[in-house]
Amino acid sequence: MKAFTYQRADSTTQAAAGSVRPGAKIIAGGTNLLDLMKLQVETPSQLIDINRLPLDKIEETPDGGLRIGTLVRNSDLAADPRVRQRYGVLSRALLAGASAQLRNKATTGGNLLQRTRCYYFYDVTKPCNKRSPGSGCAALAGFNRIHAILGTSDHCIATHPSDMAVAMRALDANVETINRQGETMVIPIAEFHRLPGKTPEIETSLKPGEIVTAVTLPPPPPGVQVYRKVRDRASYAFALVSVAAIVDSTRGRIRSARLAFGGLAHKPWRVAQAEQQLANAPANTATFNTAANAVLEGARGFGGNDFKIPLTRRTLHSVLAEMTQA
Amino acid sequence: MDEHESNEEPNTLEVTRRTVIETGTTALLLTTLPRAVLAAGPVGDNEPPPPAKVELQINGHAHSLTLDPRTTLLDALREHLALTGSKKGCDHGQCGACTVLIEGRRINSCLTLAAMHDGQSITTIEGLAWGDDLHPLQAAFVEHDGFQCGYCTSGQICSAVGMLAESQQGMPSYVTNDLTQPAAELTDAEIRERMSGNICRCAAYPNIVAAIKQAAGIPT
Repeated sequence: MKAFTYQRADSTTQAAAGSVRPGAKIIAGGTNLLDLMKLQVETPSQLIDINRLPLDKIEETPDGGLRIGTLVRNSDLAADPRVRQRYGVLSRALLAGASAQLRNKATTGGNLLQRTRCYYFYDVTKPCNKRSPGSGCAALAGFNRIHAILGTSDHCIATHPSDMAVAMRALDANVETINRQGETMVIPIAEFHRLPGKTPEIETSLKPGEIVTAVTLPPPPPGVQVYRKVRDRASYAFALVSVAAIVDSTRGRIRSARLAFGGLAHKPWRVAQAEQQLANAPANTATFNTAANAVLEGARGFGGNDFKIPLTRRTLHSVLAEMTQA
Repeated sequence: MDEHESNEEPNTLEVTRRTVIETGTTALLLTTLPRAVLAAGPVGDNEPPPPAKVELQINGHAHSLTLDPRTTLLDALREHLALTGSKKGCDHGQCGACTVLIEGRRINSCLTLAAMHDGQSITTIEGLAWGDDLHPLQAAFVEHDGFQCGYCTSGQICSAVGMLAESQQGMPSYVTNDLTQPAAELTDAEIRERMSGNICRCAAYPNIVAAIKQAAGIPT
């Protein structure tokens, strides 16, 4: 690990202001950042610890939603009775991620901001445009079993590894931030994570000195909520494909559906057209096929991850059939 | 404050407290001190960062340490306090051998900095037994042969202590059928899912599950 100075933040604006300094990094749970620092993928010269800031509450919002402080631990969020009752997809997605020890430490904001698990991003001896802009992408022609099939670029085919963010995408969450002037902003989660394009090193729409303070959930939409995660082992593994689905259906007919996917792209993937195909449609194989076609439009495999295209289709079929009892 | 405390020589004084290594203090110091330096990694061209002062309450004893800020909680325990029960397996939060309890909650001590836990209370495997009376989970691991090589065992046991507390508090798991039920029954599937952060390369898993069930009072 490279040497750094350690400082505890006294206030949110102080943390935001401090984060602008060259080499400065905010640390919360640290489960991803310290891992990367040990490998010298991340080499901050200053760590600003925000763990003692009062950002660890889950509160009801006036509109019937929830406001989740950025320091709420993944385990506490998953276990919150309101989340379990009203946002089951979020609880289930959180419980699908990492291990109990990591969930006890990992925070809401940190989960959103975690870095990709691309092997080449982690290996400092290999080219990676995300870690070292302009150096190339070793995954394109490398071992790319876990990589993206949607929204990729010639510069990067990494995926975003979060389960939590996929559920939040289906729930239309908003990310609340504060900047060093103390101004607060709201970023819809759809706009929070970016596609790699030519600048895969820029992963979110956060501006310098802007830090996450909370995530808000609107009131839950009608319907059943499911999180299905497909992975190489039954527990404690990242998703090859995951689906956060919220489906309102009755007697073989779908009223409305929301679908967000993990493991497929540089951000949680959601396709409005697929959801439109499902709305007011009969719950049958033909409908599910049409929706899957819309989700996978433009999908491209890179050899090792070609299997993700049929796997996504089958996973979506299975989830929709189960949810609509078709 | 423990009478053994010193900012200058944390190893020397702490080691004498531990009967298990009473006779090997000098040899231990010779091997642990260089490793303590190595554990923090190369300092590089820059001046070393200012040290962090950290107060930790470990197994009921107060410890005052002055540490390179890079020191993980695991390295603080092992290299500075000679509490070597917590093991370094992967050092990347993937194996669970370093599991300890902070304020009663299990975490990977390799993936957190000691400085982040200033003022907090930590329980390690060394803090579970009452003298010669083993913690029920320790006794159950012995009785059910919940290990072969034993390297993962302290992490498994600390993790199980945390897991049973989580279960009592009603924490659900990924395999809990109904998230709205207040507390899931600890079936074998629940125990396996909840313990998935602890890897055992000897694959003593069936016996680990049996030991946990016995300690939890679940018929095996």
